[in-house]
Amino acid sequence: MSMGKAALLLSCAAFALAACGEKTAGAAKKSDAPAFQGSTGASAYSASGWKAGDQSAWEQQMRHRNQGQNEYSRAPMQP
Amino acid sequence: MARMKFICDAERCIECNGCVTACKAEHDVPWGVNRRRVVTLNDGLPGERSVSVACMHCSDAPCMAVCPVDCFYRTDEGVVLHDKDVCIGCGYCSYACPFGAPQFPSNGTFGLRGKMDKCTFCAGGPEANGSEAEFEKYGRNRLAEGKLPACAEMCSTKALLGGDGDVVSEIFRNRVLVRGKGSEVWGWGTAYGKPSTGGSQQAKPEGKKS
Repeated sequence: MSMGKAALLLSCAAFALAACGEKTAGAAKKSDAPAFQGSTGASAYSASGWKAGDQSAWEQQMRHRNQGQNEYSRAPMQP
Repeated sequence: MARMKFICDAERCIECNGCVTACKAEHDVPWGVNRRRVVTLNDGLPGERSVSVACMHCSDAPCMAVCPVDCFYRTDEGVVLHDKDVCIGCGYCSYACPFGAPQFPSNGTFGLRGKMDKCTFCAGGPEANGSEAEFEKYGRNRLAEGKLPACAEMCSTKALLGGDGDVVSEIFRNRVLVRGKGSEVWGWGTAYGKPSTGGSQQAKPEGKKS
């Protein structure tokens, strides 16, 4: 193989592989921390009655809080 | 815990827009973007009904299916969220959503369409819970504060219920049984028609239809 052909082959190979080192465009999707872990920095707005990081306490808090939307538990029906 | 769900009782909604206001105030939602809105049918006619609509956090969300950059994700509680740093604002999700939930701020020259914005079930986004960055992009993260969505908690007539799907369905079922009608509520089949793993068939509330 002549030097010219070899150089041409090498340049073609370099051109063909040029995109292989390209980084993926756009940002990667970030992972999200679960809600039961609470807010960072002990938010002053956090509801009392549960401890951040305790999943079962958080779920219990959610169920308890949900009852605030239940008028029959807030003001029981009169007989 | 079941999936987080919303349901709006059209028998109770009085179109006060308290849920819309609560949402906008809680999250500093920009002008022109309505994460939640009240839709009224037969306005001014007998049989008028209003229903509060936002992202329904679908179990098989079409927005997730069509997003070309895969910016959506679902939390363990079933809340559908998205990463605004990945969103390219193409609007495909808007066409796919049957509820018109995805919103696009148009705050630039020639009505430039920004990143998609939608109801987060007050669960923020992928930034650190309760951080300033999260608030700037997605609003408050009330779930991480041990609270439920502001719209549902603020609803004066308790037409809008939001929270653990099992609890919400129980509250609604009891209401329907007491008043004797309303089991035909819109969206019930979609939201609660297929109970999650195991459990008894408690999805459809029973009651005399109106």
